Amino acid sequence: MEKAIEVQGLVTHYGHREILKNLSFTIPRGMATVILGGSGCGKSTLLKHLIGLLKPTRGEIRFNGQDITGMKEEELNEVRKKMGVLFQGAALLNSMTLADNVALPMREHTKLKESTIQIMVRMKLELVDLSGFENLYPSQLSGGMKKRAGLARAMALDPEFLFFDEPSAGLDPVTAAGLDELILKLKDVFKMTIVVVTHELPSVFMIADYVIMLDAGEVIFKGTLDELKASDNTRIRMFLDRKPEREAYSPEDYFRIIAGD
Amino acid sequence: MPSIAENLLGLIGRRVIPLRKDIHDASKIINDIFYWSCISPFKGKPIRFKASIYEMVKAGNNAVPIIAVISLFVGIILALQSAYQLKKFGALIYVANLVGVSITRELGPILTAIIVSGRSGSAFAAEIGSMKAAEEIDALTSMGINPVRFIVVPKLIALMVMLPVLTIFSDVIGIFGGFLLAVTALDIHPYNYFQQTMNSLLIKDIMTGLIKAWAFGIVITAVGAYQGFKVEGGAEEVGRRTTSAVVSSIFLVIVFDLFFTVLFYYFT
Repeated sequence: MEKAIEVQGLVTHYGHREILKNLSFTIPRGMATVILGGSGCGKSTLLKHLIGLLKPTRGEIRFNGQDITGMKEEELNEVRKKMGVLFQGAALLNSMTLADNVALPMREHTKLKESTIQIMVRMKLELVDLSGFENLYPSQLSGGMKKRAGLARAMALDPEFLFFDEPSAGLDPVTAAGLDELILKLKDVFKMTIVVVTHELPSVFMIADYVIMLDAGEVIFKGTLDELKASDNTRIRMFLDRKPEREAYSPEDYFRIIAGD
Repeated sequence: MPSIAENLLGLIGRRVIPLRKDIHDASKIINDIFYWSCISPFKGKPIRFKASIYEMVKAGNNAVPIIAVISLFVGIILALQSAYQLKKFGALIYVANLVGVSITRELGPILTAIIVSGRSGSAFAAEIGSMKAAEEIDALTSMGINPVRFIVVPKLIALMVMLPVLTIFSDVIGIFGGFLLAVTALDIHPYNYFQQTMNSLLIKDIMTGLIKAWAFGIVITAVGAYQGFKVEGGAEEVGRRTTSAVVSSIFLVIVFDLFFTVLFYYFT
């Protein structure tokens, strides 16, 4: 298993609260890795660190051996050209048409001719089944279409790494499954390293080659999907079997809570 | 039990420590704006020319009607108010001097700046704020595009160009308002009024007004951008930040006005 991204001793804080507690893991090349975890476990924060939006308190994040945590903005931008990111709400620029949105990274980072860019834009939109929607604005699209358009933009520079933040959040099961299928297709056709942050189990079972599970800012599992299913860790079992968390209070604690002291 | 001195120090600390972060954020934005508008164009990262034109239309061209109406009314009001005093001395013709000088030196730039703060300063904060809330700013950064260069610099260029232009326009309309009132209600001969205005106005008066307007353009953009980038939560905070963008940009425009007026009083 070849390493694409290596995270070592990652610690981060919001104010004084520790969010990520000394995370270390590797993300294999050319595979779909799912970062799994419940709400508030720090998985979105982790993603923001991986794409260089946040700087950790401590620790290293290495892309192909290069540590991005200490990089200057210009160096980081060179690495970012190799990354595509699909945000939770697709994050298309609302003031631009779909075609301009997809063309944006090409216009900013390449010296391609406008006619070439137009062809590339049509290719990317075709890839996500959005041909013919070039001149629409993001506000005119449905949630699923926005996500696919966001994916087309993320793919604009043919990235080496593709990140997804909760790709199926807010989509109906059919649309979500369509998006998952698209992710699989991209992995198989373009051999990209794909990192998906999600808590949706059906997506995990469909796309994951490798799973990293977080709980309360710590890695509680890393391994293949079969190993995950076979795990007997209570936290993992609760997650996989959709068991609610029972908070056991002693009568004294409960009294203290309702008395507000 | 903390002593009174400790309480007092604590109180000062609680006020000052958050302020330090605000100052840090504000200086970072100002630094970024300066870098991406003045230095990076020479390093092969050109200014987005088309977007600047688009912003000029939005912030400049579309503000023309409201500025025209307000300047006209202010010109008329100013002429009436000065006539009220000047007619006691039989010096009605000096209405022309008063209107001309006060509009070009002071009222033209400040009226324009206040209207543009209300229209564009708020729009900048709301636009950047909702982009921040919708992760669009993060998306730009993750594509290796600096948000300040992409969003703020075109707005800055637009206001640096359009505020002086709108000020000239406001000067002309304001003086015209005074002229209208003088020739109708005050029975001053149009030619006399025109001559009197021409004689009283110096190039210096107009230029100082335009320099102020240019500076106000920078202040309004910087405040709008600062408040927009400070948005952390959702819709409610966008609203709050938009309000403070208008309030603080009008306040800062007046502070800078005071500064420039004192400067020009002694050094021109």
